[in-house]
Amino acid sequence: MPARPDLIEHLPRLRRYARALTGDAARADDLVQDTLERALAKLDLWQPGSDLRAWLFTLMHNLFVNQSRARRPQETAIDDALDEPVSGGQSEAMAARDIHAALGRLPGEQREVLLLVGLEQFGYAEAAQVLGVPVGTVMSRLARAREKMRQMLAGEAAVKLRVVK
Amino acid sequence: MSEDVREDELHAYVDGALPEARRIEVEAWLAAHPADAARVVAWAAQNRMLHGAFDPVLNEPLPLNLVRAARRPALGTPLRAAAASLAVFAAGLVGYAVGVSGQTSAPLPQAHLARDAAIAHVVFSPETRHPVEVDAAHAEHLVAWLSKRIGTPLKAPDFSAQGFGLLGGRLLTGETGPVAQFMYQDSFERRVTLYVRRAVAGNQNTAFRHATENGVDVFYWIDGDFGYALSGQIGRQAMQQLADAAYAQLAPTPAGR
Repeated sequence: MPARPDLIEHLPRLRRYARALTGDAARADDLVQDTLERALAKLDLWQPGSDLRAWLFTLMHNLFVNQSRARRPQETAIDDALDEPVSGGQSEAMAARDIHAALGRLPGEQREVLLLVGLEQFGYAEAAQVLGVPVGTVMSRLARAREKMRQMLAGEAAVKLRVVK
Repeated sequence: MSEDVREDELHAYVDGALPEARRIEVEAWLAAHPADAARVVAWAAQNRMLHGAFDPVLNEPLPLNLVRAARRPALGTPLRAAAASLAVFAAGLVGYAVGVSGQTSAPLPQAHLARDAAIAHVVFSPETRHPVEVDAAHAEHLVAWLSKRIGTPLKAPDFSAQGFGLLGGRLLTGETGPVAQFMYQDSFERRVTLYVRRAVAGNQNTAFRHATENGVDVFYWIDGDFGYALSGQIGRQAMQQLADAAYAQLAPTPAGR
């Protein structure tokens, strides 16, 4: 009888990803909890020896997509939003706050790729597997996400400079 | 002469996903193409900012409901104990779950030390970009910082004779208070971690014990007020040698026993 894998060791990273993905601590932990419940219900489908972490992230991705669909209006088109100042230029706003705000303004599918690759250190092929899309799609989403982040963070810096002056 | 660098390759460069030969070619390309270089620098900064903003989540106490959710149908395991012991287990992982702070006097089986250490090892040792909070370049600061938080002068054992160098360390939280984790790496990038925390009051000094937790070898012992656990997946014999070296260096009175 194969040993049941222990999900606890994956909790810290699932929480980190969920926090960055949702931008909200309570919603993130709800997402983690839903993921764990689904994982335990479907654990028989997981193939021992395959990457449990990738499988858990796949489950979380599916849940996130479903939930985002239910609350669609949150995802505004980023190009429209780019013209407005983001934070009101609070001078104590740190880089962490900027990156939170910028992440929140990325479309969900781009945010996911950026976080899987840049934060969770998945390879491109692994990220493609988690998201259920071809690697080429991962690359194009990654490219778009990084360029948008770059513009937003540069814009943020410009706003702050003006305030400081 | 290298052909043009594709956009995908610039990303792969940032993510450390290029073969070495191509990486060098891309570097040469970047030296000659400042606009691409600026983008690459900005993308790499994004990765660092993401880690800076969200890595602290890794060290947060685990909410009790999540720990329960992760273990609920723990079939066959003797972990059927009450919520309190689940809380203790959770606390041992990386944090102190809310609502259980009153009960530190409950004696904990020493086995938790091995298990907690193994889990902390598994959680942090695969990190390639941020395996440690403070790197070994600031070794003095690291040891001073962890000593201050643990409340006693600590020493990071020297494993250079065994081929392992100090990579750095991080501070975790356990049910007996703060926990220091030192991480070491050898030339094959294999990693071992030393987990140090206050022993539960009343614990006797112990000789080495060995445990295997999910494929991780753990050698652990209690010495004075502290519990030590060395975790790794480099083979039991190699681990034993490291543990011997650590024990010899950390013992307050090496000749006195």
